[in-house]
Amino acid sequence: MPYTGWIILTASLVGLSCGLIGVFLILRRMAMMADAISHTVLLGIVIAFIITREVSGTPMLIGAVLAGLLTTFLVQWLHSLNIEQHASMGIVFTTLFAVGVILISTSVGNAHLDVQHALMGEITFIPWNTMSLPVIGDVPKATALLALAFVIVLSFIVAFYKEWKITSFDPALAASLGIPVVFLHYVFMSLVSITTVASFDSVGAIMVVAMLITPAASAYLWTDKLSIMLVLSSSFGVISAIAGYYTAVWLNTSISGSMAFATGLVFLVSFVFSPKHGLIAKYVKPAL
Amino acid sequence: MEDVAIKVENLFASYRKNTVLSDVNLAVESGSLTGIVGPNGAGKSTLLKSMLNLHPSLTGSVAFFGQPFKKMKKKIGYVPQRGSVDWDFPTDALDVVTMGLYGHIGWLKRPSRFHKEKAYQALEKMGMKDYAKRQISQLSGGQQQRVFLARALVQDAELYFMDEPLAGVDAATEHAIMTTLKELKTLGKTVMVVHHDLQTVAEYFDHVLLLNQTVIEHGPTNQTFTKDNISRTYGGNMRWMREEDHDVVPSIKQ
Ligand SMILES: Nc1ncnc2c1ncn2[C@@H]1O[C@H](COP(=O)(O)OP(=O)(O)O)[C@@H](O)[C@H]1O
Ligand SMILES: [Mg+2]
Repeated sequence: MPYTGWIILTASLVGLSCGLIGVFLILRRMAMMADAISHTVLLGIVIAFIITREVSGTPMLIGAVLAGLLTTFLVQWLHSLNIEQHASMGIVFTTLFAVGVILISTSVGNAHLDVQHALMGEITFIPWNTMSLPVIGDVPKATALLALAFVIVLSFIVAFYKEWKITSFDPALAASLGIPVVFLHYVFMSLVSITTVASFDSVGAIMVVAMLITPAASAYLWTDKLSIMLVLSSSFGVISAIAGYYTAVWLNTSISGSMAFATGLVFLVSFVFSPKHGLIAKYVKPAL
Repeated sequence: MEDVAIKVENLFASYRKNTVLSDVNLAVESGSLTGIVGPNGAGKSTLLKSMLNLHPSLTGSVAFFGQPFKKMKKKIGYVPQRGSVDWDFPTDALDVVTMGLYGHIGWLKRPSRFHKEKAYQALEKMGMKDYAKRQISQLSGGQQQRVFLARALVQDAELYFMDEPLAGVDAATEHAIMTTLKELKTLGKTVMVVHHDLQTVAEYFDHVLLLNQTVIEHGPTNQTFTKDNISRTYGGNMRWMREEDHDVVPSIKQ
């Protein structure tokens, strides 16, 4: 596959996974948690690196999931101590992120891991760092990791679709029906972590947050059905990825930045034109 | 007393350091329709939640037909306060009612045609069949409450707990809901309902639980729901009008 093809495929995978996960972040009113996790997984990556001395797929995923679970647990714990939910998130993620940054600058000292890279990502270099897979052949490592993350996210969402729906809509009912609400919350946060860390390497933390929140928030404006919201959100993610790439090439600017900007444009268009909640619909539709 | 459906002993509950319920003891007769009455903040919602393990109680025990909650989960239907969920959630009325069946469907399976049919029938029973495919934010308050009731009905439970199902609904919905509650009672189900309108208590419920932090009085309505007990529950500042004819005044609220 040509260089451009790999970049677009990689970015599209980010858009797909983030789009799916983002829907539930929005519906569970946990958008802020995306920000928290996108910062704390850094700690997971650093620790995985310190132990294995390499930045590679599986240890990184495991490290990120552990960091994500730790974040979730600490936020819940602080909240149970009478600290407001968003304040708890703020405290936890800034602290864990700081620990990650300190570890990078003191004990890692490796060119592969710097803060700049973690925040902005480096999608341009992805196609050159390949691995060999059976049948498929040479594939960029980051792309393979993202494909794996996408498969995991998609299968969890499909397999537990009705559980995600009910625990997002009415956790009290879910609990009274015997559905393990807290356990599923941790599973969900693990999926957020997996998505985040897999996307991290290619697009960086800022882009991950944009991709997690904005396409889902846009999709929310277009539909009243959860399944359609999922399809729209992931499509918006892919569209933003592709449009962002070509914009970046055209203007010769940062790819991640353009993609994040594209998600913002999608939201703006949705906000103005959506038939149900959009600005124009509000003026055109007679009041009920 | 006859069959005891619900037994609560020495229940204490708190939000952080505020004790909201202290030393609650009660035994609810099987097949009764009980109104839970008390001033705002008396702990009515908290009592329901503590009984259903949705709010951790500090101490105390709760048993349903002699069994702990965990074993009886599937036999319990809960209708939370309408404001407890996000009505802008992307879903329609039929879907919300179907959620009541998720406990029966099991892991990795999707609701089948059979489940949808059951949900549809429950909506029909609540006079909502024309709204099955309507997005839930497009329903009126009364219609949303009927959807919640329909969802409880499909659970086909033995015990029902409802938190202010009649709050802010229109007269027709109030009538539809009360008809359904009385039917549940006829079927031998035990129903506990948090209720805010003192004027309709005697008409609607055969038992009443007067609650304010603890049980003030609990028993058959005609013996328990006396002026004296009510003012003990509400303290001095109760607004209580038409005290003699409260059971014949039709209630139309909004
Ligand atoms: N989530 C909460 N956090 C803190 N305090 C609460 C919470 N929910 C209820 N309370 C307090 O607990 C008391 C009882 O509340 P509740 O059970 O909702 O009363 P009721 O349903 O009888 O109006 C009130 O004083 C209320 O302020
Ligand atoms: Mg209440």
